[in-house]
Amino acid sequence: MAVVSTLLVIAQPNPIYSVLLLICSFVALAGLYVMLDAPFVAVTQIIVYAGAIMVLFLFVVMLLNVAREGAVAEAEAASDGGTATARWFGALLAVAMALELAWALNRSRGIAAAPATGERETAWSVAEIGKILFTNYAFAFEATSVLILIAMIGSIALAGRHLPEKKPWRG
Amino acid sequence: MAGLNHYLILSGVLFTIGIAGVFLRRNLITILLSIEVMLNAVNLTFIAFGHFLGSADGQIIVFFVVTVAAAEAAVGLALVITLFRHMETLNPDAFRQLKG
Amino acid sequence: MLIWIPLLPLIGFLINTFAGKRVPKEISGAVASLAMLAAFGVSVVEVVALIGRAPDSRELMQTVFTWIASGDFQVPLTLRLDPLSALMILVVTGIGFLIHVYSTAYMHDEPASEYARYFSYLNLFAFFMLVLVLGANFLILFVGWEGVGLCSYLLIGFWYQKPSAADAGKKAFIVNRIGDVAFILGVLLAFVRFGTLDFQRIAAALGPLAPEASFGTVSLMALLLFIGATGKSAQIPLYIWLPDAMEGPTPVSALIHAATMVTAGVYLIGRNAVLFSHAPEVLIIVAVIGAATAIWAGAFGLVQNDIKRVLAYSTVSQLGYMFLAMGVGAYAAGIFHLFTHAFFKALLFLGAGAVIHALAGEQDLRNMGGLRRELPMTYWTFLIGSLAIAGVPGLAGFFSKDEILYRTFASGHTWLWLIGAITSLMTAVYMFRLVFLAFHGTRRTAAHHDTHLHDAPRAMAIPLAVLALGSILAGYVGVPEVVGGSNWIEHFLEPSFMPPAFEGAAGGEAAASAASHSLEITLIVVSSILALAGIAIAARFYLKRPEIPERLAAGFPGVYRFLVNKGYVDEVYNEVFVQPIKTLSENVLWKGLDATVIDGAVNGTATIVAETGAVVRHIQTGSVRAYALSILLGAVLMVGYYLWR
Repeated sequence: MAVVSTLLVIAQPNPIYSVLLLICSFVALAGLYVMLDAPFVAVTQIIVYAGAIMVLFLFVVMLLNVAREGAVAEAEAASDGGTATARWFGALLAVAMALELAWALNRSRGIAAAPATGERETAWSVAEIGKILFTNYAFAFEATSVLILIAMIGSIALAGRHLPEKKPWRG
Repeated sequence: MAGLNHYLILSGVLFTIGIAGVFLRRNLITILLSIEVMLNAVNLTFIAFGHFLGSADGQIIVFFVVTVAAAEAAVGLALVITLFRHMETLNPDAFRQLKG
Repeated sequence: MLIWIPLLPLIGFLINTFAGKRVPKEISGAVASLAMLAAFGVSVVEVVALIGRAPDSRELMQTVFTWIASGDFQVPLTLRLDPLSALMILVVTGIGFLIHVYSTAYMHDEPASEYARYFSYLNLFAFFMLVLVLGANFLILFVGWEGVGLCSYLLIGFWYQKPSAADAGKKAFIVNRIGDVAFILGVLLAFVRFGTLDFQRIAAALGPLAPEASFGTVSLMALLLFIGATGKSAQIPLYIWLPDAMEGPTPVSALIHAATMVTAGVYLIGRNAVLFSHAPEVLIIVAVIGAATAIWAGAFGLVQNDIKRVLAYSTVSQLGYMFLAMGVGAYAAGIFHLFTHAFFKALLFLGAGAVIHALAGEQDLRNMGGLRRELPMTYWTFLIGSLAIAGVPGLAGFFSKDEILYRTFASGHTWLWLIGAITSLMTAVYMFRLVFLAFHGTRRTAAHHDTHLHDAPRAMAIPLAVLALGSILAGYVGVPEVVGGSNWIEHFLEPSFMPPAFEGAAGGEAAASAASHSLEITLIVVSSILALAGIAIAARFYLKRPEIPERLAAGFPGVYRFLVNKGYVDEVYNEVFVQPIKTLSENVLWKGLDATVIDGAVNGTATIVAETGAVVRHIQTGSVRAYALSILLGAVLMVGYYLWR
C-alpha cells in the first residue's frame, strides 16, 4: 500500500492529490512502525508528518493555486531540450541508485538473514524513549530546538509580506 | 513475520521513487514532497535496524529527522512562496538567473 | 581580593573613557583619583595581611582563570603577591594616587574631554603597571609590560597637536619595541628550556643547579631579558627615549618616567633574581651597563638647561644605579633604591611641574631664578627632594644609595664603586645647580610671568608635602645594621630573590657583612662627604661665582658642546641605524621587494583566478535541476565505489 500510494504521489499531475496520497503513504508507514515496536515514532509520524507538515503543504498549494503541470509546462519543456535531457538523465541515475541499493542488499543478505540478536519482546515505551532522549541525546535535542527556532524565523523572514521597505536579505 | 530484508527493500523502493520524483516532476512543491518521501524511506531503515538490533537509537534518530524535516519543509515552502511571487511559476527549470 | 587591585583602576579607565566627555572635569578627576585611592586601600590591606604571615610563607596567590591552555602549555591568569610585588604595588598605587591628585590641579586648563582622556590614560597605565608587578608568569608580566608601553606612548604624545610631542611618543614606542623583541625571545627561550612560564617554577627548576660557568642557555636568557629591561628602564644603549619623553605632561613624567614604569626593568631583574644569579657573566654586563649609564647620563644632566631634562637624565642615572645594584647581586638594595627613588623623583618632578605651572609653561632654567620667595612651598619640598637624591645623610636616598655603593665595593668591583661614587658627586652637583638656578639668585623670568606667579594650589601642595615626608622617611625601613638599624626591607624582600624552599643562603651573607662593618662605615662617611661636596661645588659655581661655569665651558668647548648635545647619541643613532634602514626600506624593500615580488604575486594570483573563472563559468548552467543532478550523480558514484571496492 505504501508503494502504490507513493508511486501515485509522483505520478499525479495535481499537487493537491499528491499531498493527499502522500498522507496515505505516511499512514501506511506508520503502520509498519507499529509492527516494528515503535509506537512512539508511529504516532509522531502521523501527527507531525501527516498532520502538520502535510497541512502546511496543502496550505501552500492552495495559496499559490497553481494550474496543473499541463500544457504550459509541456510547451516550455519542448522548447528546452536541455532540460528534458537532464530530467531523463536524472531518472536514469535514479534507476542506477535503485540497482546499487539492490546490490547492497544482496551483499548484506548474510548479515540481515542472521537471527537478530537483540530483538525485544515488548515495544519501546514512550517513557523509555524520553529517558534516552533527555540523557544521552540532550545536547542534540537542544540543538534541534534551536534549529527549529531558526527555521521559524527564517521562514517568516522569507515569506513575510508586510515587512518594512528595507528588507535586509536583499542587501 | 516480515524480516529485516523486506523492510530494507521497501525502503529502497521508496527512496528510488523519491529520487525519480525529484528529477521527473516540474513542480517545486511535488519535488519537496519527493524529498519527504526520501526522508521517510531512510526513517524506515532506521526503525527497522533499531528493531532488529534491539536498540532505541534508531527511533531517536528518526525523531530528529522528523524535526529537521519539519524545519526544512517550513523554510522550503517559504522559499517556494517567495520564488512564486517573483517568477509567477513553480517550474524549477525556469530559475536560471544563477547562470555563469 | 588581589584581582581588585588592578581592576579598580581599570574600572576608572572605563568610566572615564566612556562617560568622561559628558561629565564635568571635577567628576572625571575624582573618579580616577578615587579608583587609585581604593586600589591603594586594597593594596595596603593585602600587604598588611602578607606581613602578618611568617617570613617564609609570605605569598598570596589568586588564579583568576586559565588564559591559554594548549597541551602542555598552560598559562593561567594568576596574580601573586610576594614581598617584591607588595613593595611595587604600594609604590604604584600610593604614588600613583598622589600624582592623580596633583594632576587634577595641574591639568586644570585642559578642556573637559581632554581632561577625561588624560585621566583615563593614567588609570589605564596604573592597571597595566599593577598587572605587570602582580603577574605570576612571564606572559601576564608581558601583558602589563606592553600595556604600560602603550600608555607611555599615549601620554607622552598627549599633546598630539605638538609635533615634537607626537615624535617623542613614537620614539619612546619604537625604542621600547627593540627591547621588547629581545624580551619576547627571552621568554620563548625560557619556555623552551623550562617548559613553563611561571616565575616560581623557573626559579625552583634553577635552584639546585650551579651557576653557569660559561655562556650557555641560561645566560642567553638572562641577557635577552636584560636587553628588554634596558629598553623599558632607559639604559645604555636604549636610554635615548626618556629625555624626549619629557614632552608629556609633567605629572606623567613623574609617574611613568620616574617613579614606576621605568623601574619595570629593575623589577624584571629582581623578579628573576634566581635566573640572573645563575648567569654570572650577564650579571657583570648588567653591572657595567648600569654604572656606565649612571655616569654617562649624569654628565649630561650637568649641563642641560631644560628643568625637566635635567631630571630625566637624573632618572636615567639613578636607574643605572639600580642596575648596578642588580648586577653586583644586591637585589634588595636595588629594589630599595627603586622604592626611595620613586618618592624623591616623583617629588622633584612634581616640584618642577609646580614651577612650570607657575611660570605658565616656562621650562628653561636660564629664565627662572629667585623663585624661592614666591613659591615657598615648592621650594622647600624641592629642596628636600634634592637633598634626598644627593644622598645627604638622614634622607631616603642616602640609605639606599649608600647600600648600593657598599655592596658594590664589598663584591670586589672597586672600579664600579668608583664610578658610582663619582656619579654620586655629580648627582649632588646637578641637582643643586637646578635648585640654585631655579630658586636662588636674581630673577630672570620674563616680565609677563610675574603677574600670575603663584605657589602650588592645594591639590598640588598636598602631594608635594606627602612626598617630601616620604623622601625623608622612606629610607628608614632600610637603615643599615651598622648604624643601629635593622635593615628591615632587605630581610623582607629576601625571600623574593631566593628559589622556593632554598634555605640557608642568607646565613652566610649575614656573616660576611658582619665582618666588614668598619668598611661600611668608611664608605658611608665617604659618600656623605661626596654629597656635601657636590652641594658645596654647586653652591660655589652657581651662587657665589656664576662666571666659573661659563669660563669652564669656554675653556673646554669640545667637552661642553659634547655634553650639551647629549653626546651626539641621537645623531649617531640616526646615521648608523635610522638612515640605513630608511634607505633599505625605500630602495630594496619598497621598490624592489614590494613593487615587484609581492605586488607581482598578488596581481598574478588575481589574474589566474580571473582566467580560470572565465573558463569554468560555463559549467554553471544556472539550472537548479542540473545542480541536483550533480549531487545525485555524486551520491551514485560514491555508493557504487563503496560497493565495488
